[in-house]
Amino acid sequence: MMAQVAEILLVEDNVDDVELTLHALRQEKLANQIAVARDGEEALDYLFQRGAHAQPSPSPQLKLVLLDLKLPKVDGLEVLRQMKADERTRNIPVVILTSSKEERDVVQGYKLGVNSYIQKPVDFEQFRETVKQAGLYWLLINQPPPPPG
Amino acid sequence: MLNLRDYSIRKKLTWICMLTSGAVLVLASAAFLAYEWTAFRGELLARLSTQAQIVGSNSAAALLFQDQPAAEQTLAALKAEPEIRAAAIYNREGRLFASYSRPGAQAESSLPRVAGLQADRESFEGGNLVLLRQIVQNGEGLGTVYIQSDLQGMGRRVRRYVVILLLILGASFLASFVIASRLQSLIAQPVLELAETAKIVSQGRDYSVRARPGNRDEVGLLIETFNQMLAQIEERDVELGKGREQLEQRVEQRTAELAATVKELEGFSYSVAHDLRAPLRHISGFSNMLAEQYGPSLDPNAQRYLERIQNGARQMGMLVDDLLNLARIGRQEMRCQATGLNSLLDEVLADLKPEADGRKVEWRIGRLPFVECDPSLMKQALYNLASNALKYTRPREKAVIEVDARVQEGVTVIVFRDNGVGFSMKYADKLFGVFQRLHRPEDFEGTGVGLATVQRIIHKHGGRVWAEGELDKGATFYFTLEPADQKSSHDKISTGAMATHDGTSS
Repeated sequence: MMAQVAEILLVEDNVDDVELTLHALRQEKLANQIAVARDGEEALDYLFQRGAHAQPSPSPQLKLVLLDLKLPKVDGLEVLRQMKADERTRNIPVVILTSSKEERDVVQGYKLGVNSYIQKPVDFEQFRETVKQAGLYWLLINQPPPPPG
Repeated sequence: MLNLRDYSIRKKLTWICMLTSGAVLVLASAAFLAYEWTAFRGELLARLSTQAQIVGSNSAAALLFQDQPAAEQTLAALKAEPEIRAAAIYNREGRLFASYSRPGAQAESSLPRVAGLQADRESFEGGNLVLLRQIVQNGEGLGTVYIQSDLQGMGRRVRRYVVILLLILGASFLASFVIASRLQSLIAQPVLELAETAKIVSQGRDYSVRARPGNRDEVGLLIETFNQMLAQIEERDVELGKGREQLEQRVEQRTAELAATVKELEGFSYSVAHDLRAPLRHISGFSNMLAEQYGPSLDPNAQRYLERIQNGARQMGMLVDDLLNLARIGRQEMRCQATGLNSLLDEVLADLKPEADGRKVEWRIGRLPFVECDPSLMKQALYNLASNALKYTRPREKAVIEVDARVQEGVTVIVFRDNGVGFSMKYADKLFGVFQRLHRPEDFEGTGVGLATVQRIIHKHGGRVWAEGELDKGATFYFTLEPADQKSSHDKISTGAMATHDGTSS
């Protein structure tokens, strides 16, 4: 599932959610290359080129990370914290895309420097619309920071 | 007079002793003096009476024989009695026959005129004792003896007595003062000690202090009772302390339990939020994808089933969201500030605009007050009430929804009235229950959580919410709120805004 040169990194443990999100993104033709990490550890490995992702240089053109919060091994907020703490990943826009809109999660997310917080709507039409809007904004409208180095 | 009441016990006792002994002495002296006075008078009278008798019988012959010098001589013998100022002998006709006066005294002028024979009599007149005695011989009255005596002797004696009495009085006063001063401590000392102990107990709230046991008199009994009372209080104090400690422990324990429960509940709602919504999203998502990709090849029945599945998932999604919202409101901390209900309602109406699209809706919005509330919660309540009114007026050609405020018994009441389908008062108590619905879902969509949410928000603000309605005639919802302050909202807009700046609790 892991694409080598991706514009979007989707961090999501649930296969159904992965499929629905990919479906929505592809339907809107927003991204050709989407990398998927199935837990927090895999996401960090991908981002920091460790473990299985040690060799090939990752995407300097990674434009967006869609991050679920409730993840096996390392949870979403921890992934976010490490991303924002590291020079190499700090500038990559991160959108939390999760089922919960618990206040403490929202507060904590923004405290750690998340760029956007979106609750996944239950209704698929709305979900698709939401993913589309987020993708449109972050990939097309938003001016990304120049690549580091 | 001295005000004995406010004196210390020491002084009181001393004074009581001295006054008592003084009064007794004065009374005794007065009685003694009075007795002395009468006794002296009687004695003087008896003596003078004897003298007059003697003079009378000695001068009877002189009167018979008209021997004046002899009578004068008899009278002159009276100078042995120094008190006698003057004396005289009158003959039968009342003429002065012979007279005597103490040397240096002017007797003549003070001698009375006498008419004929006089009866025996004696009287005290003008500080003198005057005595008349008939001279009788062989039953025949020959004349009258007159003796006048002053009371100088008596005065001297009384004066002496008074001086002595005063001396005795002074001495015994002094003696009683000394004795009383010594003896008062017998009573006063234990009382003073008791008072001191009571003061220590009362000031220090130290109930372990005890008064020194006294003698076996009433004061001793008082001290004993006082000590017993202290012991009882001390005992109760200890028990009270124990009770309080237990109570505190119990409160702590309960608080911990409660905190654990709340945490558990939070975890539960978090799980519900996260885990329950995911499968719903999948049902919705995949049924949607199925309909999109394979819809045309499905027969109409299968398409309808798919639609039902999607509707079901959507409905359940709303239920979960509404329930979570209700739970969140329950535990959410209130951030109260003075808020204008009119501006909140304006925001709500703007949000509701899409729902009223294509319908004739007349909003009649009155002047609403500024209230102390959490704006986001209050907006939610207003939203639910307004959207309710909008929903249930849908069958009407023209919906009329009034929102107004009135003050009833000092409490602000906000009124939402619509001309919608209303409800039967029979079910009024069910209106605010979670999942309680009075309409079929195909008539009016909804989750049955909206009014429960309103109630929770209003209760959180310390208000009350109720409803009146009539089937097919419309419904009216009321809720009460504390005003931001007592004055009307319209001249308070600026101060209301200032109260927000001041940072009412956050």
